[in-house]
Amino acid sequence: MSDVFQSNIPLWAVSISLLATLGILVSGRKPNLREFWTLLAGLIKFGLVLSLLPSVRAGKIAECVLLQVSPGIGLSLRADEFGVFFALIASGLWIFTSIYSIGYMRSNQELKQTRYFASFAVALSATLGVAFAGNLLTFVIFYEMLTLATYPLVIHKETGEALRAGRQYLAYSLTAGVLLLAGTAWIYNTAGTIEFQPGGILGGVEAAPNAIRCLFFVFVAGVGVKAGIMPLHSWLPNAMVAPTPVSALLHAVAVVKSGVFGVVRVVGFVFGPEVMAEHGLNLILAVLAGATVLFSSLIALQQDSLKRRLAYSTIGHLSYTVMGAALLTPEGLTGGIYHISTHAVMKITLFFCAGAIYVHTHKQNVSELDGIGRAMPWTIGAFTLGSLGLVGIPPINGFFSKWFLCLGSLQAGWPMVLALFILSGLLNAAYLLPVVYRGFFRKSEEFEKFDEAPPLMVVPLCTTAALALVLGLFPNLFFDFFELASGISEMILAS
Amino acid sequence: MNPPHLVILIPLIFFAGALLIPLLERWRHGCAYGVAVASAAVGALVTVAGLVEVSSGGTLRYQVSGWAPPIGIELVLDPLSAFLSVMLASVALLVLVHSGSVVRRELPGKAMPLYSTALLLVGALLGITITGDLFNLYVFLEISSLASYALLALGDRKAPVSAFRYLILGTVGASFYLLGLGFVFMTTGSLNMADLKLILSNLESSPPLLVGLVLITTGVGLKMALFPMHGWLPDAYTYASSTATALIAPIGTKIAAYVLIRIFFFVLDPGFASGEIPLTTAIGYLGAAGILWGSILAIAQTDLKRMLAYSSVGQIGYIALGIGLASPMGFIGAILHMVNHAVMKGCLFLVSANFLSRLGHADIRRFNDSTRVHMPWTAAGFTMAALSMIGLPPFAGFFSKWYLILGSVEESNWVFVAVILISSLLSAVYFFRLIERIYLRSPGRDSKYPDEAGGAAAPDGGREEVSASMLAPTLILASALLVLGLLNVWIVNRLIQPMIPAGL
Repeated sequence: MSDVFQSNIPLWAVSISLLATLGILVSGRKPNLREFWTLLAGLIKFGLVLSLLPSVRAGKIAECVLLQVSPGIGLSLRADEFGVFFALIASGLWIFTSIYSIGYMRSNQELKQTRYFASFAVALSATLGVAFAGNLLTFVIFYEMLTLATYPLVIHKETGEALRAGRQYLAYSLTAGVLLLAGTAWIYNTAGTIEFQPGGILGGVEAAPNAIRCLFFVFVAGVGVKAGIMPLHSWLPNAMVAPTPVSALLHAVAVVKSGVFGVVRVVGFVFGPEVMAEHGLNLILAVLAGATVLFSSLIALQQDSLKRRLAYSTIGHLSYTVMGAALLTPEGLTGGIYHISTHAVMKITLFFCAGAIYVHTHKQNVSELDGIGRAMPWTIGAFTLGSLGLVGIPPINGFFSKWFLCLGSLQAGWPMVLALFILSGLLNAAYLLPVVYRGFFRKSEEFEKFDEAPPLMVVPLCTTAALALVLGLFPNLFFDFFELASGISEMILAS
Repeated sequence: MNPPHLVILIPLIFFAGALLIPLLERWRHGCAYGVAVASAAVGALVTVAGLVEVSSGGTLRYQVSGWAPPIGIELVLDPLSAFLSVMLASVALLVLVHSGSVVRRELPGKAMPLYSTALLLVGALLGITITGDLFNLYVFLEISSLASYALLALGDRKAPVSAFRYLILGTVGASFYLLGLGFVFMTTGSLNMADLKLILSNLESSPPLLVGLVLITTGVGLKMALFPMHGWLPDAYTYASSTATALIAPIGTKIAAYVLIRIFFFVLDPGFASGEIPLTTAIGYLGAAGILWGSILAIAQTDLKRMLAYSSVGQIGYIALGIGLASPMGFIGAILHMVNHAVMKGCLFLVSANFLSRLGHADIRRFNDSTRVHMPWTAAGFTMAALSMIGLPPFAGFFSKWYLILGSVEESNWVFVAVILISSLLSAVYFFRLIERIYLRSPGRDSKYPDEAGGAAAPDGGREEVSASMLAPTLILASALLVLGLLNVWIVNRLIQPMIPAGL
């Protein structure tokens, strides 16, 4: 068991961007100062999360109990390995997204940029809150906060379409939120505690099998909305109406990953592997995840809108992690958790590319991209790298998580799942590579007058693409990501 | 000051103010507002002093005219009544502060009767919370009802009709209560609450007693607008002046709920009412039905005040649901929700008054983002209160819902759990509909009311926020929601835990 020590670092890491919101709102009329606050908060936040890493690696967990939310239940933040893992990804990629956002919003001359940057900062606070939540109630509170903070971003354009997407997003997420709240109360009543524990808290609890199953469905529906598990996914493609940086960070990393993070938390830290296996819950989860992986890829094939295609691809890849959690084998869980980070880096790259193309050439559809690679070689180059990674070609980092997922499925004795991953890889190739093909190998005179997108956008997207490659070659180069992932999976399965 | 005298001072200050207003108004015209606010402020301070006294020194008892109970009337300030009286007096104070320009605009020349009856109402409601005698409670109930009929009748053209309807139903309710009291007196021979508790604990339940309790529940349920006896409420709230609604809506029906809590959990043995005739359970299910009914009808409304009125029908259901659980968690949830809802609903009705005074209407279909441009603070207050109503953290509404859900799960009452969850979503529907309009709908898109959209707004796009005396109470209530949310554990542990009756 790890040592727990009191520290306010998790609290600061969560609230720094909330404080930045004030600065952003006050300096709304001075764009440069406003963006300075965003970047400053991003760097400090990342630094704070990073400072938690050594202690986590040494097996020490920073904890801070803020205030009692309900008698016996505190609003507690705990930076355990899994939390730090997710927080590193979210806060690290926020820096890139901020730089990219500045380029995107200014080139696109979007309105209400202050609201945009402020909501973004709040959303990041909520994401870190989700990552560091020490118990279910804290998790639910930040989960709801995330919903609220991302709503203004989804409806940013204020068109009828955006408002509809926002309404749908709220309907799905708020329903999920109340389900989670009910589930939390239920768990509290059944187990007497709602603190997350590696290996679960329902282990020795007397409860009717049907009650456990019912509870599981409540939780899967609760976290499944943000995790895009079919059939709860349909808000995500519609939410693509948001500005692209939002799609990139929130709808490929922060929000949806909060969902899959929640799935792993629920499976590994609330129900626990034993209870999952005993009641056949992992099979249910595997079927849901498998169907999602397959169908989302098939639907992605038919999308002409680049962002929608990427959204369906995201839905599929989120379920890789869900599948990893369902496998309940060391390799599978490691792969699933590691996939959170690899997919984040690759998919954010792809969205950055889609946004750069949109801002620069106002093209949104795949069929219009013939020959664009000559005008924007860096962008399409990065897109190629990200696509190959998602397909699972070594040595890009997507290969590794997939490799471990495949190993895990064999370990679990589910060869069907292995077949599914291979098929999904092929489907990924089928819907992503046409973009590359059209960009580089088809000709069109339309793009001759264009050159590369502004550097504020190209530099972040090339960096994340490079990151995908580097992390594939040396998985432990930065922050021991892979070690962290396998450590978490060991911790869950050890008990 | 001798602490027990505090108790009688609480209602007396308000009654004194109510009597002074007509007299002083003769001497100097236009002083009604000042007197009302001053007496409410003093009254609020006294209730706070009472709460401090009670939480340090225990329950305060005051014998009116020195007659010993059970013959004489006893006023009792225990943790529950002290807590509620603070809530009552502070919300009333804020609403009265806010009322100045509203009354000038909506009820010119009627300031004197309005403020006088308003103080009478608040004093009587405070009297209900602190009395230790069931018949005295009836007297205060009637004073408060008469005052609210008068207040609600002061309004637009339809107000007298709806107030008259309320008068008929309210009188029926009061008669039921009195009749029920007769039955209780017949079996026990006492009307003092503490005395009754002793007598009833040795008494088998008998048909007259049960009939009496059913009658009391029905009568109080009518005053509380418990489903399906809520018919009087929407019209009465919609057509009355903004101040009258803002005063009555947050605190009026709550006090009726308090009477039920007092009778079922303090006068009767808590187990009693769930025994032979499961009265508390019935109240709970009626509350649950009211939550759904009120929320669904709120979605269908086009007038902001009317929507809030239906939402009140729903929200009172939460309190009834907490009573129905008859468990400590349910009790905590009910009391906490009483306070939370008083603050949120007070805030929302003040917001609707602000809209009415600046835009001249509260028609949901005509709101658009010019509203937010002109009245950013009012819009912000509305948003905070709305989020709290939906029950989103960290606002107060989230926590009372959490206790109610916890209580329902504890009792394995899945119907209640489902109702609470569904109603959260329903209230999200009717509040986000408005938030979306206020923040996001550009005026041009409203094809139905093209001229209004541009006309109501100042052409230069400048701010037209309401005056500070209207804005400050609105924002104080809105930020109180955050404070109540963050401090809820302190409130529950320090204030609500001590009042949980033994045996619950």
